[in-house]
Amino acid sequence: MTNTLHRFSEHYAFEPKPSARPIENDFIVFAMATRDVNDDNLVEKYRTFARLALAHNPVNLGDATKGGIYRPDQALNPLAHWRRDDRPDPARVVQGLDGHTTLAAVFRTREDMEGFVRDLKQADLGVSINISAPVDAAAACCKAAGLARHSVEFSLGFQGRVERLPDRSVLEIGTMCGHGMVSHTLVRKLIDWVKEGRRTPAQATRYLARFCTCGVFNPTRAEELFEQTRTGGS
Amino acid sequence: MKIDQYKCVACGNCIPVCPVGAIYIDPVAGRAQVNQDECVECHTCYRGMSKEHLWPPMVRAVRRVARAFRFRFDPEPDICPTDALTPQELAWPRIVRRAFSDPLVPHESTGLHGRGTAEVKTNDVTGRVKEGEAGFVIEFGRPGVGARFREIQEMTKALAALGVEFEKKNPVTSLMTDPAKGLVREDILNEKILSAIVEVKVGLEQVPEILKTVRRVSRGLETVVAVGVSTRCDADGSERLSAVLAAEGYPAYRGKTNLGLGRMSVEAAR
Repeated sequence: MTNTLHRFSEHYAFEPKPSARPIENDFIVFAMATRDVNDDNLVEKYRTFARLALAHNPVNLGDATKGGIYRPDQALNPLAHWRRDDRPDPARVVQGLDGHTTLAAVFRTREDMEGFVRDLKQADLGVSINISAPVDAAAACCKAAGLARHSVEFSLGFQGRVERLPDRSVLEIGTMCGHGMVSHTLVRKLIDWVKEGRRTPAQATRYLARFCTCGVFNPTRAEELFEQTRTGGS
Repeated sequence: MKIDQYKCVACGNCIPVCPVGAIYIDPVAGRAQVNQDECVECHTCYRGMSKEHLWPPMVRAVRRVARAFRFRFDPEPDICPTDALTPQELAWPRIVRRAFSDPLVPHESTGLHGRGTAEVKTNDVTGRVKEGEAGFVIEFGRPGVGARFREIQEMTKALAALGVEFEKKNPVTSLMTDPAKGLVREDILNEKILSAIVEVKVGLEQVPEILKTVRRVSRGLETVVAVGVSTRCDADGSERLSAVLAAEGYPAYRGKTNLGLGRMSVEAAR
């Protein structure tokens, strides 16, 4: 799940400005078991995690071995170009759980995340639970839930040949799949399509979300970023 | 990855989908091709695109007619209309490309998917990083640039010279021939992968030195490097690492927080 660590935002600009806006719509909570330590009855533990998450309005839910609530279709018929079923399918994620994986839930608000963490504390599943988000927000969430942080890992951003990276809008959307399955070239193409009125931000977002194999892509944040870039806003 | 030359109709949908830009239309053949040296075998095109199973001659005919009238069909951009993308059987050393690029393939050395590392995510049960220690996660090729093991070796050699110990349960470490010198297997040095992580653990007092070394070596590479650094918190949830990072001028805005809810099960304890 280092794939959720380095999500690009203004805070990681190569010359960061002190007034960077806080990220307030992207909070991830994930569960990970360790072999032969706490993986007994694992499928049931993960199903409980998913069930609790679904009660707090997640915008994505993902099994790292099978995918999120948006997935590609292996046998479309040509009518899909005009009428495509692109509804999210969280039940498929829950049903597909069958053993070791990393299970993640993505939330749009801190309140939703905090409610979920409180439920997790009460459920006492015994598997490792992590928050991937701005560190201050995670610390506040722990405090609200009556938990002391065990460990913390900081993202220090990118270095090296950074001139090979795309512009900020593309990076903000593309790095929401840290495994790199969401191609920057496709993000660029869809930004252009949204600007040209050929697709809506919601449609563009769903194309991208299908490529994220572990379901940590945040469709709500992506839609907002597409909307910002549509009119040239920043 | 290969593209079936009979099935391909040169619609071009797979071109922007490739994270490393390895797919292009061959103007002579009139079909999409994959630059095998650049392809990292991530299977994004094969797995991520939805598929139709249309008859290729019919699709070509329709496209020819539309082109003659300068009509622009506006198809869904994430569909391969003829299911032309074809995974190939991979042999050593090319197989390491897929192991480090396709997150759905578990790493043999750790049994984990993704980049094959547990880092601080399970620190509450493994105790991997202790109080007063810092765990570095140095990642190459991310986002969307890719890296060759030759470049990764430049970093591992520099880190080894500082006397650090590489995390044993890590896919890159498992491919080292001499961890004390940071040497990686010769036969994979030219293999390109989407991303790979090198992990080392040091005392908090060594953090500035590691950061400076990583920055210096990164400047000489042809890829991008993403750095993460972790620590164990005190009993009250506070930590000393963020102050060290701030003093070194690094942003520490985003991160992963282990909530400490993991524990050994009764069965495992028995």
